[in-house]
Amino acid sequence: MLKIESVTYDITNGSGDVSILKNIDLDLEDNKFYALTGPNGGGKTSLARIIMGIYKNTKGKLYLDGVDITNFSITERAKAGISYAFQNPPRFKGLKISDLLKISVGNEKDALYARLKAVGLCPQDYFDRECDNSLSGGEIKRIELATVLSRPSKIIIYDEPEAGVDLWSFEKLLALIKKYHSHGGVTSIVITHHEKVLSLADEIILMAEGEIKERGPRESMWKILQGDFKCRWQKNCGGYEDELDCYRQ
Amino acid sequence: MNLTATDSELLKTIADLHNIPSGAFNIRKDGQGVDRRSSAHIQVKPKTDKPGIDVIVAPGTKNEAVHIPVLITLSGVTDVVYNTIEIGEGADVTVVAGCGIHNPGSKKSQHDGIHEIIVHRGARMKYVEKHYGEGEGTGERVLNPKTILTMEKDSIVEMELTQIKGVDSTIRDTRAKLAEGASLTIVERLLTHGRQEAVSDMLIELEGKGSNAKVVSRSVTKDDSRPVMVAKAPARGHVECDSIIMDRGKISSSPAISAEHPDAQLTHEAAIGKIAEEQLMKLETLGLSEKEAEDVILRGFLQ
Repeated sequence: MLKIESVTYDITNGSGDVSILKNIDLDLEDNKFYALTGPNGGGKTSLARIIMGIYKNTKGKLYLDGVDITNFSITERAKAGISYAFQNPPRFKGLKISDLLKISVGNEKDALYARLKAVGLCPQDYFDRECDNSLSGGEIKRIELATVLSRPSKIIIYDEPEAGVDLWSFEKLLALIKKYHSHGGVTSIVITHHEKVLSLADEIILMAEGEIKERGPRESMWKILQGDFKCRWQKNCGGYEDELDCYRQ
Repeated sequence: MNLTATDSELLKTIADLHNIPSGAFNIRKDGQGVDRRSSAHIQVKPKTDKPGIDVIVAPGTKNEAVHIPVLITLSGVTDVVYNTIEIGEGADVTVVAGCGIHNPGSKKSQHDGIHEIIVHRGARMKYVEKHYGEGEGTGERVLNPKTILTMEKDSIVEMELTQIKGVDSTIRDTRAKLAEGASLTIVERLLTHGRQEAVSDMLIELEGKGSNAKVVSRSVTKDDSRPVMVAKAPARGHVECDSIIMDRGKISSSPAISAEHPDAQLTHEAAIGKIAEEQLMKLETLGLSEKEAEDVILRGFLQ
């Protein structure tokens, strides 16, 4: 179980001090599929990066299976079983795709081939290819997924798997995420704006303005999100509480 | 020749050799030619007027390799060697050069290798040169290679020039002249640490119609890279310099192109930057430490 306790995340930028996350409390149960959704700038990616240790929270604690991981580095969290699929995975000039996969899979060629096949990439074409800008958005996302799904994880965070990929690729990636989750033993947290991902979730968590505004089982959250869901996304204006009241009516 | 453990390690590192090679070869150690063999199509013979060898590949020789590694295992050695390599018409061969220095003492050990290479009409050569330094001593490890390449009509050359690690100072000088239809690719990789320094000068002259050249130079930490490409004919060329700067490294990269013919097409690009934070973080999310992540990124960049 992942327990997030009174986590805040403040940064200083040109406008002065900005509070990105405000006193977040969240318990995430083992083996559940969570969708983390909400408008852009609401704090979803910041929260995910704090869980992975990429960002350091200003206040609060994080516990994984009762162990305080607040001061764990990224590497220590990875070794503790947290994985993170980047929204925009970095590219590596000169590094072969197989070199990247070896970190998760090891050196056995058959196993590496199998991982490439699993994400729909022909091993003969991709094994020795450079993991650089010559890859399309869809290709790099598949490789990202292959690296993440190849390592032992208790929790996997997927940051907008739909971003930058065509519909066909997205459906394939989503099927893979779903299949991996269905094997059990992993908690999935997917940051998403996509209804297809939301429809897979056991629970939906709605974030806005650095806070968790609502959370609950998919069916009940669906009604809230259905109300003026798309309209709210398009408006991109403040006063989120008022809008939520509107949904609740 | 009996190989010591140090010799074997150096040979493995610079020439991927686990033992004496089966074909033509010349092994030079601590300033002396210690073992040599010619094959039916590749003649290897010592020069009579100065230190070094002549390697003569017969016309039409196919799929053969010649190894000419240099080992320095003593402290205080300065070895200057002149090699001439001639690839006969229509041949297709690989030349594996390279130098490894194991400096066990406090004096400077240095190898200056001057290679003159002539690739005759229609021949193809792959040239692999790796440089490496090691040793428990404090003495400097210095390698200064100079390569003068003459490419005749329709010849093809691929050069892989790599400084693996452990070389304190290097001044590289590479010059090439390409005749009509000749094609040259140079991939240079230089890794330096701490106070080590590398300077690489290149002058590629595209003299013949339809000749073309591509130079890719990748370096890490402390480097001064100055490739110059001159087109004197309707020819094509591209120079690309990428560098990763680390710690207190200093990198200067100044590719230059010069066209002396209205139909020449030359391009160049250069980039210097540190390792991206996102790259490090990505590898750390896979369980690597920051140092391990850095090593993977650098290995990939230079591979």
